[in-house]
Amino acid sequence: MDELILGGHSFSSRFILGSGKYSLHLIEAAVKDGGAQMVTLAVRRANTKEHENILDYIPKGVTLLPNTSGARNAEEAVRIARLAREIGCGEFVKIEIMRDSKYLLPDNFETIRATEILAKEGFVVLPYMYPDLNVARDLVNAGAAAVMPLAAPIGSNKGLATREFIQILIDEIDLPVIVDAGIGRPSQACEAMEMGAAAIMANTALATAGDLPMMASAFRQAIEAGRKAYLSGLGRVLSRGASASDPLTGFLRE
Amino acid sequence: MENQFFVDSKRLSKEALEKKHRLETDPAARSDPMSYFPEMEVISSDVREKVLSAMKAYDPSRYTVKDVRRALEKERCGIEEFQALLSPAAGPLLEEMAQRAREETGKHFGNNVYLFTPLYLANYCENYCIYCGFNCYNDIKRLKLSPEEAEREMKVIADSGMEEILLLTGESRSMSDISYIGEACKTARKYFRMVGLEIYPVNTDEYRYLHECGADYVTVFQETYDLEKYEKMHLLGHKRVFPYRFDAQERALMAGMRGVAFSALLGLADFRKDALASALHVYFLQRKYPHAEFSLSCPRLRPIINNDKISPLDVHERQLLQILCAYRIFLPYVGITVSSRESANFRNGAVKIAATKISAGVSTGVGDHEKKYKGESSGKEGDEQFEISDGRSLENMYRDIEEEGLQPVLNDYLYV
Repeated sequence: MDELILGGHSFSSRFILGSGKYSLHLIEAAVKDGGAQMVTLAVRRANTKEHENILDYIPKGVTLLPNTSGARNAEEAVRIARLAREIGCGEFVKIEIMRDSKYLLPDNFETIRATEILAKEGFVVLPYMYPDLNVARDLVNAGAAAVMPLAAPIGSNKGLATREFIQILIDEIDLPVIVDAGIGRPSQACEAMEMGAAAIMANTALATAGDLPMMASAFRQAIEAGRKAYLSGLGRVLSRGASASDPLTGFLRE
Repeated sequence: MENQFFVDSKRLSKEALEKKHRLETDPAARSDPMSYFPEMEVISSDVREKVLSAMKAYDPSRYTVKDVRRALEKERCGIEEFQALLSPAAGPLLEEMAQRAREETGKHFGNNVYLFTPLYLANYCENYCIYCGFNCYNDIKRLKLSPEEAEREMKVIADSGMEEILLLTGESRSMSDISYIGEACKTARKYFRMVGLEIYPVNTDEYRYLHECGADYVTVFQETYDLEKYEKMHLLGHKRVFPYRFDAQERALMAGMRGVAFSALLGLADFRKDALASALHVYFLQRKYPHAEFSLSCPRLRPIINNDKISPLDVHERQLLQILCAYRIFLPYVGITVSSRESANFRNGAVKIAATKISAGVSTGVGDHEKKYKGESSGKEGDEQFEISDGRSLENMYRDIEEEGLQPVLNDYLYV
């Protein structure tokens, strides 16, 4: 069985679904058609009264991945994570710490601090980060259950703008690398999976699609295809024309 | 045609009328709008200079349709592109602008539309702003809610399901002082998930106190960034001091508020220049305070009690939508509010393109929510600041937004 293991929990789906940018009544269809077993939600969005709580729209049996959006430093992220646990969101938490309202780029330094505190408190910590190898190593040491590098700025649908650096994380980090933010289409999700990413997280790409459940299904298939390609070992891709056998070493005689 | 703002009440004394007329007709009778009052804090900031010099240099007639097309084709919209989008040349390309704006809104906000309601605590005012229904020479019913009355109003609003409130007062430090407002914030935090303020500008230490009382967002409208016009519209009171008002948002951020909101009142001066200045005010402050949240409103002049002739002049719905789209394309990450001054039809259209926040269940009077929401009158209500156009209740607004295929959001806020 090819399973994604996060903090001792196993998942057969490698598609993590966002919930924040579309109509609540579409969440169920997106989960079903996308085959997602994990859904992220902003704790601040769940911080509402009786009238239509987003939590009521997430199907039972799906693992909640509450995020700390709105936090500007480690202390605020820690407080939001604890609140998530209090309101029944479980033990997973995605750390999002932004000190920039324009691009919503994560603050890697504060993210390491929050990861350390929350991992010690028993959370399964999935930190959203800018793909920097040194930071990823620090996150591993701080107790993260995976790292979530961004492919491109949140909501940009620009795809793997940080491709080379994500590849380095995949090659060097022993934890699952979940590509988060910026994935705009299924083909980009597929490419990241071919590279060896453990899972894909997407929100805006679905929210801005014409038919949201159908796009969720397209992502599911692309992620599965990319995963299979990775597991099967990608063949060599020739850069130019055919290749002669041993063009450089053919002179050797003995 | 220009607006005729001056109205004389029969109830004003001879001395008051004389002073009013002197202020209206004799510039020498008015104070220097650049001079601070003694109690006003002066901060050192280069933002005002940057905004005003850019506004001064802006010539909307310089742009052609070609410039506008080029601006729309560019992936990133800078100040130069934004200036083209605000120009008259962009008028024929409004549909294209709306398409691009909708795309940007979708990327940053999905289909979410945030709802809030204003609560006027008092309508006493010591300013003479000639277009405003609360101005000190306007003969209206004045009222200030007692703490108990304010709490009752909050309860009525919270019972309707609303979770975000914007507390407002007229600009009177003597009738609605800082501690009165602070206490109202504390009470509001019991009933709402988010408390914003739209009151007279205050010093940093006062913003810090109000923040501790529970306010986390500060709205100040500059009304117009054209100092010459500003001086002719704000004849008396604290509001006359142009730079103190300009720096209010920066003081609020220095005091720890999470976010700030801005606006020009469209119709007072050249609306294209005012729109440019409002957006640049956000742009330059964002560079200085990148963690903060920002939002823009785009109110147009409305009729007031005792003067139904006030209008937004050349800012028609098409121009208003052009500004909204230009704001969205230039500042894709900022919240944009469309007020109940606009019709339900316009607001329904605007939330599909660029606006992300609208008010519902609105009254701009004082102490009349019980009457408006439940039909029960205490017989004690203060008059309104301006006439609203969209009087939809929260319930109706919620339903209408859903029917447009959008997701109404009552709260997306957490005090941390």
